[in-house]
Amino acid sequence: MQHILEVKDVHKSYGEIRVLKGISFTMNKGETKVIIGTSGTGKSTLLRCINQLDPLDRGEIWLEGEEITHRSKSINIIRQKIGFVFQDFNLFNHLTALKNVSIGLEKVKGMSKEEARKHALQELQRVGLEKQAHQYPAQLSGGQKQRVGIARALAMDPTIILFDEPTSALDPELIGEVLEVMKGLAGKVTMLVVTHEMGFARNVADEIIFMEGGIVVESGPPAQMFTNPKFSRTKDFLGKIATLYGTEGGK
Amino acid sequence: MGLKEESNIPSNFIEFFIESMPKLLEGLSNTLLLTFISIIIGFMLGVLLALGKVYGNKIIAGICSGYIEIIRGTPLLVQLFILYFGLPRVGISLSPINAALVGLSLNSAAYQAEYLRGSIQSIQSGQMIAARTLGMSKIQSIQYIILPQSLRISIPAWSNELIYLLKYTSIAYIISVEELTAEGKFIAATTYRYLEIFAMIALIYLVLTILFTSIIDIIEKRFSIPGLGITKSARL
Repeated sequence: MQHILEVKDVHKSYGEIRVLKGISFTMNKGETKVIIGTSGTGKSTLLRCINQLDPLDRGEIWLEGEEITHRSKSINIIRQKIGFVFQDFNLFNHLTALKNVSIGLEKVKGMSKEEARKHALQELQRVGLEKQAHQYPAQLSGGQKQRVGIARALAMDPTIILFDEPTSALDPELIGEVLEVMKGLAGKVTMLVVTHEMGFARNVADEIIFMEGGIVVESGPPAQMFTNPKFSRTKDFLGKIATLYGTEGGK
Repeated sequence: MGLKEESNIPSNFIEFFIESMPKLLEGLSNTLLLTFISIIIGFMLGVLLALGKVYGNKIIAGICSGYIEIIRGTPLLVQLFILYFGLPRVGISLSPINAALVGLSLNSAAYQAEYLRGSIQSIQSGQMIAARTLGMSKIQSIQYIILPQSLRISIPAWSNELIYLLKYTSIAYIISVEELTAEGKFIAATTYRYLEIFAMIALIYLVLTILFTSIIDIIEKRFSIPGLGITKSARL
């Protein structure tokens, strides 16, 4: 089976600082993979490299059998296929929830206004926010904002959605609603998620990738990673996270 | 001599006002023409200059910055003199009103560009990133995401510019444009009633200013983004 995403030996430096030192992994259609690791270890940079908000220094990224890092590829077309959910939402402040979701359909996908509106409303329903369709971002709670962010990404019908710490900016009581939505997508949408939510990682992920110092230290199914990691660094990290965030979350 | 002439002109202020009105209105129409055309052309050029300065490559940004600096760094009156008295030397002759229109528009463009540049730069980078991530081109992102927000932020500064411009049009009288102040000067010169006529003119400018300000307040409210900004009830 062809991999939907292939990350091959990705390197990225900012000036003297080498952030990514050769990252490789693959994803299959419908898979959910969670990337964990300490802050500053390059997780977000990796996501930004995948949709080329940051250009790679070395390596290749393949999406559905196409090398998207190739110079001949149009970045705007590639990005339509890669959804992105941001830590701080980045909703368009001047647009209603509905418009936030429909604007990409209208302006990028070229749908008619009415068609885009209908489709956007469906996506808002999917994240449970049809009642908030006409509210502006500043009128929404953090959890609602992030659900709009997810709906906006979903609406474009992307090949994969990248989540960059989607719950890190949320108050604890709002994290649940966002994780619930994401859980509902598992299996239907290919998701690559950077998060510290170990409960989500454990219960939803097909595979966990542990990154440290710009490399993938270890990866495997959650059960193995949590109970029987190969490397002591993985064990140490998971131990630290457990102390910080409580146990591995509700199972 | 003064006595004889005074008998010919109405001494009553209201009568004098009514008598002067046709001339003043003529001047006023030129004042308004200068104001509106200059603010609109200035706006269009200002948007281009601001975008060029923020998003342009080094050369474009440099040209835009240079233009803005030159215009803001020299007096409007000198700019008008160059356009009206200077350009004929190189074969370009502009009528007084056209020289004033060009001068005020070019001048206003530089100021409006700076207001807008400030607003564009106050918008969080995440807005552009999110737009690009959806697959929008840079131009689309600017058009649909950045400009609609930054233009809203610019409205108060823009209101200031409109009021400044309304009053700056009076400088055009020096290159013999028959606008409101020039008409006033003309009436005053024939009647010697300087105090009354300039009080009247001041009043007209004031009324217009208040009118413009309230119209823009309405526009600002109309375009305000729900949930953002400080409501009147907030005590901060």
